[in-house]
Amino acid sequence: MADSSSSSPLAGLIKSPSLMALAAIVAAAAVFLVLQAANDPYTFLQALMKSFGLGAVYALIALGFVLIFKATQVVNFAQGALAMSGALFVSFMVSDGHIPFTTIRNPLVDMSPSWLGWFLSVLVALAVAAILGLIIERLTIRPMVGEPLFSVAVLTLGLEIFLRVFNNDAVKIEFRSLEVPWGVDGFNIGEAFVSWSYIAAMITAAVAFVAVFFFYRSRMGIAMRAVAYDQEAAMAQGINVGRVFAIAWAAGAVLAAIGGIFATQPPVAQTGAVQVETQLIAFRTLPAVILGGLDSVQGALIGGLIIGFAEIMAGQYASGQTDILGAGYPLIVPYVVMIIGLLIRPYGLFGTPEIRRV
Amino acid sequence: MFRRPNLYTSYEAENQIFPTWTQRGLAALAIIILLLMPFDVPVISQIPIVRFLGDSNWLRPVATMFIILVGALGFNLLAGVAGQVSLGHAFFMGAGAYTAAFLGGEGTDAVYGLGLPIWIWLPGAGVGAALVGMIIAPVAVKLRGLYLAIVTLGLVFIGIHMGNTSWGKKFAGDPGLGRSFPTFDIRLWKEEEPLLLMDDDSKWLWFEVSDSQKTYFFTLVIAIIALLVAKNLARSKTGRALQAIRDRDIAAEVMGVSEFRYKLIAFAVSSFFAGVSGAMFASLAGKLPAIQWNLFLSVEFVAIILIGGAGTVAGTVMGTVFVILLPLMIEELTIWLSEQIDQGGLFSPVANFLLTEGPDDFGPISIATQTPGWPLNVFDWNIALYGLLIIVFLIFEPLGLYGIWISIRNYWKGWPFSY
Repeated sequence: MADSSSSSPLAGLIKSPSLMALAAIVAAAAVFLVLQAANDPYTFLQALMKSFGLGAVYALIALGFVLIFKATQVVNFAQGALAMSGALFVSFMVSDGHIPFTTIRNPLVDMSPSWLGWFLSVLVALAVAAILGLIIERLTIRPMVGEPLFSVAVLTLGLEIFLRVFNNDAVKIEFRSLEVPWGVDGFNIGEAFVSWSYIAAMITAAVAFVAVFFFYRSRMGIAMRAVAYDQEAAMAQGINVGRVFAIAWAAGAVLAAIGGIFATQPPVAQTGAVQVETQLIAFRTLPAVILGGLDSVQGALIGGLIIGFAEIMAGQYASGQTDILGAGYPLIVPYVVMIIGLLIRPYGLFGTPEIRRV
Repeated sequence: MFRRPNLYTSYEAENQIFPTWTQRGLAALAIIILLLMPFDVPVISQIPIVRFLGDSNWLRPVATMFIILVGALGFNLLAGVAGQVSLGHAFFMGAGAYTAAFLGGEGTDAVYGLGLPIWIWLPGAGVGAALVGMIIAPVAVKLRGLYLAIVTLGLVFIGIHMGNTSWGKKFAGDPGLGRSFPTFDIRLWKEEEPLLLMDDDSKWLWFEVSDSQKTYFFTLVIAIIALLVAKNLARSKTGRALQAIRDRDIAAEVMGVSEFRYKLIAFAVSSFFAGVSGAMFASLAGKLPAIQWNLFLSVEFVAIILIGGAGTVAGTVMGTVFVILLPLMIEELTIWLSEQIDQGGLFSPVANFLLTEGPDDFGPISIATQTPGWPLNVFDWNIALYGLLIIVFLIFEPLGLYGIWISIRNYWKGWPFSY
């Protein structure tokens, strides 16, 4: 049932009037942006850097979704709760100076220089997040091997609700600062302000994608790809599917936690602290995952960047119409882009079309 | 076939709503009990639900339950029978609620409202939501499985956001406060004196009927109609076609079941139910902000279907009763436990273990409504319990409460043999 996706996309473009209309709209938007950039380059540059920062955060969290989906065929709806839990672990480690869930003073925070202590503390917090991912996988996902995929996805929705209660409880009274060393400062390129956190997000995303790229070429990564391709066949070849699941969930939880740290920073939030809205980052990222294709690593990157670009540019250049579009309309742009994208390519830009058999 | 209830001689006989006389009797008994429950009838008013949720307070939660049941039946048709799992049910409920508000609400400078009577706005809410569903359906037909779930999840966010726009505010009112929705009053047209006023007490035959009792009866009637429609739809040609699409869509198309046509029907009918349910939900609440139609509401329906048993009307009913009344039961239980501590009752050790009253008490449930830190209050525990129940049912009993009921029934059917 591979419909138009098998033929050349260009040929499909010429055939379909709706695609032509869409291409015309995209072209018009591009011309508009080029004109704006020529007119006021610094505003455009500032928006562009912001969009790359946001795109990097989206790409990071999307990578977590994709890693888990590729190994276990499950969309992990609990990614947002995991992101917030991870950010909270970081906060417990660095802000209170306590080791999570204890009253023992964290020696890493007192290390000088302070950024070193912060990074080491974050590493420990990420390890705790990985353990949380492992526990969740062992208790809830492993018993569901062989069950319908949708049941497992709904199960992660249950997880999201369950974890969310405890996450919200931690920030109910006050936001929890992460005390990131780069703070909310930035630097200026001409008149364009660039926050350090954009740069940090971009670097982290680059490192994460390169790491995943090499991981998929390692022995474990090949095993993971084999499991993604066919669980039973992989099992028959002696691959430990359970271990693959565990590693995917641990990695997914770590990526979620890193994304959770950046979800407290500009451009996602301005406070630099964990708050109730932090866990919404995963639902904001879902359009990027879907647009790129659920099972594609490069799709996560490109989907994230496209969604980030669309969101920031719409926020920058359509703000005159806020009355009609409604306050906070940039947050809706990803969903609109996703729905339009899916109408054209039902499995995302880089996703593998599902082969349906009778 | 009086003595051989399971011997069916025709498809029609097997396909009846209540194939055996026992089931017919039980159904009749259930309806009689439901009709008499609000009154002070000797035995019936001693039923635990009535007593446990408080003598006069229970009517409103149960009315809410009936309303949610209407929506859950629609969701069951889409997700359980047709297998199209959508997370956008809250969006369709909202669409119905604002159609109802537009048709039946009071128009002011800030919001639209035509002030039409209930026999227009209640079906109108369903039709409005069904139209929205039919707009969504062509998109949904192209998408499979989780892609559909995520797109409909996007719909929920887009829907809530519409309440922020200048034109959306005309329907939804202020984003923070919401708008007031039409009441259940039954009028012929826009006359001042309604045929039936819902919010005061009156006398029917020899019964004194209070306002909440009237609301209870109204929602009960709508719920029973919805049950009949859902059950009949599920066992008709349409229902079989939807099941065929759920089980093997390509095979269904080979057999001549048009996938597009039946998915469109599924979305339209499911949204109709959702719209009616949403309109009544909003009407019962009186005033709701647009943020009320959020993902949590959608997930509530998913929980109902999964806990009850996907694809069955009986399971949907069980799931709704369980999911909607369980939180209230737990609240009442907590109150009862704290009373046990105060009075030093039989269960005070249990209560001492479970509840946290002072700062040095490590029970998991806190009595105070605003609690920072570990002992969560009852409301938080209820939400956590939702999530936990979804997980536990999916892992241990994928068929839900209906599956448990079937296995219990089969055990006693075969008793004393194990098969």
